[in-house]
Amino acid sequence: MTGATVPTKPGRVAASAPQTTRAITVITKRNLLRNIRLPQLLILATVQPIMFLLLFNYVFGGAIGGTLPDAAGGEYINWLIPGLLVQVAAFGAGQTALGLTEDLSKGVIERFRSLPMARSAVLAGRTLSDLIRNGLVISLMLLVGVLIGFRYQTSFAGLVAGMALAMVFSFAFSWIMATIGLLVKNPEAVQPAVFLSVFPLVFASSVFVPTQTMPGWLRAFADNQPVTVTVDALRGLILGEGALLPGNSVVGQILLSLFYSGLILAIFVPLAVRVYRRTVS
Amino acid sequence: MAYPIVRVEGINKTFGGTVKALDDVTLEFPAGIIYGLLGPNGAGKTTLIRVLTTLLRPESGRAEVAGVDVLADPKTARTKIGLAGQFAAVDDYQTGRENVEMVGRLYGLSAAQSKSRAGELLERINLADAADRQVKTYSGGMQRRLDLAASLVGEPEVLFLDEPTTGIDPRSRLDVWELITDLVKGGTTVLLTTQYLDEADQLADRIAVIDEGRLISEGTSDDLKDTLGGSVIELSVAPDRETETLEALRRICETEPTINTLTREITVPAVEGAKTLTEVVRALDSASIVPNDLALHKPSLDDVFLTLTGHTAEVETEEPPPSAGRKRRLRSK
Ligand SMILES: Nc1ncnc2c1ncn2[C@@H]1O[C@H](COP(=O)(O)OP(=O)(O)OP(=O)(O)O)[C@@H](O)[C@H]1O
Ligand SMILES: [Mg+2]
Repeated sequence: MTGATVPTKPGRVAASAPQTTRAITVITKRNLLRNIRLPQLLILATVQPIMFLLLFNYVFGGAIGGTLPDAAGGEYINWLIPGLLVQVAAFGAGQTALGLTEDLSKGVIERFRSLPMARSAVLAGRTLSDLIRNGLVISLMLLVGVLIGFRYQTSFAGLVAGMALAMVFSFAFSWIMATIGLLVKNPEAVQPAVFLSVFPLVFASSVFVPTQTMPGWLRAFADNQPVTVTVDALRGLILGEGALLPGNSVVGQILLSLFYSGLILAIFVPLAVRVYRRTVS
Repeated sequence: MAYPIVRVEGINKTFGGTVKALDDVTLEFPAGIIYGLLGPNGAGKTTLIRVLTTLLRPESGRAEVAGVDVLADPKTARTKIGLAGQFAAVDDYQTGRENVEMVGRLYGLSAAQSKSRAGELLERINLADAADRQVKTYSGGMQRRLDLAASLVGEPEVLFLDEPTTGIDPRSRLDVWELITDLVKGGTTVLLTTQYLDEADQLADRIAVIDEGRLISEGTSDDLKDTLGGSVIELSVAPDRETETLEALRRICETEPTINTLTREITVPAVEGAKTLTEVVRALDSASIVPNDLALHKPSLDDVFLTLTGHTAEVETEEPPPSAGRKRRLRSK
């Protein structure tokens, strides 16, 4: 028998558009299944932000409460929740880096790469499943927030829009994390890498406290970086315009946040795909 | 030789600017055979497989699988190949069946097709009973077999198996051998790597010996053995009978018997194979010598390796020098 006459068997067609969609769906489901089969992962991922919420609310609430804008309704929890939603969105995106390094180290990525499927499917499936997972974690945190006194000050639609904005931000951040994960490759090393990249953004921001008391140089960064912009957009949507810095509008902050997310995606989607193509595990 | 289904030409791959993992490797072989890639740790076996399965780009050279240029058209190449890597690439939180079905879906099979294909393959690799358990409850060998099943989902023309039996117990190892042989009977071509000399010897139709990135020999197992000559007889006797034994052997053999100074094992060439063995037994018997150990050994690939590379395939245990015909794992120097 010669190579040229080997009959082509069914099911052997190069990846087409519907096939790419299907591959993304298959990978997304596979990643989500891991959260279901190893529930401790999801439980810990949820408990941690809830612990953050409780600690910050009860430890700092009293001290910070007085300095908050009136829009917070005099309650630190109202100020804190929009900030924490974005913080969890950012840290949750770190899951993308972790998941990818785990797949890399187990050789699963090698298998995927040897299959006749679109190479973008692995990254798309990964970021999508993490988006769904983070949506769940954020919703649970919001629920606990409501239980301990959080109330939106605008409208339910504002709250939903705020959640949606946080999810967009989380998705964009996932692509940064995908790039980090593919570059770092090692599941243990990637944890501090994620931490290092997210921590400064989350703390040098308006997540926990208003930025007014920060030194000028830090404030210049804090007021304009994507986490603060997104948090402020959420506060505008959930608490009203009074929660924003003087001169900022809700619509302006929303657009700026979307611009940041779009910019991150425009840079990191192609970058992550490029690194993925060249990744040697 | 028939039209080659795998053709590798002048492949070079260097890691980190210094480690020459593949050094101008050229080989080709026809469809429908088992091709064995034999070499110690770090020889470059996995690297060659990764080049052929589109996972790694070499610095230079050409590679063709099933008529497709792997480097120019990796997409099409991926529709022709199946890969079971050196380490099982399966999800431990999915069941065996889910793992195989997932690969089927990623190949573009429908849900129903994937399901029936998975059932069929799990049956074939003897995992049907464990199919609905999560893989984390599988033993290492079961995971390797599952990985093998996953590599078969796409009915590949050329199947690449990187050390398919490492970490598998002897009985399952025979099962895997049988599976591979069956696949080849069904028209699949298999390229497998191994560190086990007897595995290459028994399984592969052709063998390439590779060491430090270089192809040092290529041919059938018999071709390789021809470089060594015929079989030998090995025996050992009580120390006080050694002189007598050597005398008895000299009477029937043309060549001077050799004696290993360490193991005291006596070796004579078995010029006429089993016939020589019978003569030896008779000679010993008439001299009333009862050997402690007596065996006819065909030269093994181990000996071939020693001859070709000039360095020994190190032995796993602290055993005395290599003797022919034993199963042994190659290690890098
Ligand atoms: N990704 C990599 N980065 C750097 N060096 C590598 C990489 N992969 C392989 N090497 C080096 O290339 C050489 C060949 O490695 P390869 O994995 O191909 O050997 P092998 O024959 O498969 O060995 P083993 O029997 O241990 O699996 C080794 O020296 C190895 O250290
Ligand atoms: Mg290897």
